[in-house]
Amino acid sequence: MLVEIRNLRVQFPTATGLSDAVRDVSLTLGQEKLGIVGESGSGKSLTARSIMRLLPGNARISADRLAFDGIDLLRADEATLRKIRGGRAGLIMQDPKYSLNPVMTAGAQIAEAWRVHRGGSRKAAGQAALDLLTQVQIRDPERVARAYPHELSGGMGQRVMIAMMLAPDPELLIADEPTSALDATVQAEILRLIEDLVSRRGMGLILISHDLPLVSHFCDRVAVMYAGRIVEELAANELTRAKHPYTRGLLDCLPSLTHPQARLKVMQRDPSWLT
Amino acid sequence: MADMIEVNDLIVRFGEVQAVKGVSFRVGTGENFGLVGESGSGKSTVLRALSGLNPDWSGDMVIAGQGLTPHRSRDFYRRVQMVFQDPYGSLHPRQTIDRILSEPLLVHGMRDVDQRIARGLNEVALPQTARFRYPHQLSGGQRQRVAIARALMSEPEVVLLDEPTSALDVSVQAEVLNLLADLQQARGLTYVLVSHNLAVVAHLCKRIAVMQGGQIVETITAEDLRAGRTKHPHTAALRELSVELEEPEGTAA
Repeated sequence: MLVEIRNLRVQFPTATGLSDAVRDVSLTLGQEKLGIVGESGSGKSLTARSIMRLLPGNARISADRLAFDGIDLLRADEATLRKIRGGRAGLIMQDPKYSLNPVMTAGAQIAEAWRVHRGGSRKAAGQAALDLLTQVQIRDPERVARAYPHELSGGMGQRVMIAMMLAPDPELLIADEPTSALDATVQAEILRLIEDLVSRRGMGLILISHDLPLVSHFCDRVAVMYAGRIVEELAANELTRAKHPYTRGLLDCLPSLTHPQARLKVMQRDPSWLT
Repeated sequence: MADMIEVNDLIVRFGEVQAVKGVSFRVGTGENFGLVGESGSGKSTVLRALSGLNPDWSGDMVIAGQGLTPHRSRDFYRRVQMVFQDPYGSLHPRQTIDRILSEPLLVHGMRDVDQRIARGLNEVALPQTARFRYPHQLSGGQRQRVAIARALMSEPEVVLLDEPTSALDVSVQAEVLNLLADLQQARGLTYVLVSHNLAVVAHLCKRIAVMQGGQIVETITAEDLRAGRTKHPHTAALRELSVELEEPEGTAA
């Protein structure tokens, strides 16, 4: 197993004691595509970031088991973690506008990621950056490599981000809302690109999103989170057979082009979902 | 039904670049009009020119019988209001909700500030306790409700909505869309809604203009769009993608 999580708990200290952000989450991931779906504050990002131990400084983390390729992440030292972060596991974040370095060219950033994890000469890294830009289907890699992030569109910036994450040839890719800042057409292109790269390179993928139908198109399995817990886990092609009322609610409240409704259904939250 | 908004041959330039290349459309009083398109198609630029946020344009724009000039009267800003995409960025972080909502009232010299704010919060289904909170103490959906309440404070006739639900969770999106529909019914507002989400636009609007490269390539009714009676290939492509991705995997077969 690439990732094993058993009874993960993430807590934050508040004025009234510890508050649970992630509660008893268990997951395993092999070379497959897993979607984690839930609304803001459901703990989906914290769960994925726990795998890289990239949590806010005041977070308290505990688990019966939290392992990446057999490495116990709770006991691993910083040097080990550094090899995993960005090396064996890549993280694609939501908005390339904020996650790319604004004062470095796209090519230089990709080359830096390459050299940090693989070593090699500046020239080889530069060449590798161009090659990676081609792999993320950028037609004019030389121009994009010379461009600064503000000179790139959102979709292009996200491709650069993906290229950078692919540089060390990772085994796991975590994509945290990779397309929420993009419009529908570009969103589909980027997700197809991620899916294609993951399949061809035999990586594991964790795709985090709040759009359940969308995620089901690009993943094998979907875990639905609510208030820090996984309330339901199902195969992506069995989404219509979802049982949990929260999952049903997520599907029902979307406006649809083909099934018009005079009024949208609003989620009726049941306090029993919390227990 | 008289036209509330009339736009003829609108051109917007940013330096050398023509972002909007001759756009014309009409919106009836109390009608919902949608503008869809990809990023960079010019849909938000049209909205910003209408709202007066972008003074560098040419062409004719008429709202409620009054021709628009680059410089707008105070009355214009009372009658036409806008709601932005990001409720995190569009509310002043150091002002209480009370202060945020009273600002348009003070600007336009309206009386009964106290009652109007109380009524405004009610209208968007926010508790009165939200009044003395700061934006960071509210959720994204609540903040967008505040932004809508602020837009309605000056009793506008036209509300321009720029991607009002794209930054929200789907469950909150449903609530905000229902709220917008209710408010329109109650107040007879005219909406212009900009979004890249076809399903959202078709839900709220009867008539939709599809933009590409700074031009309207097709104006279509929501009904025709749903049924796939599109004329322009770009509309067909947008529709196909939207339909494909909105169905969960496994339902098509």
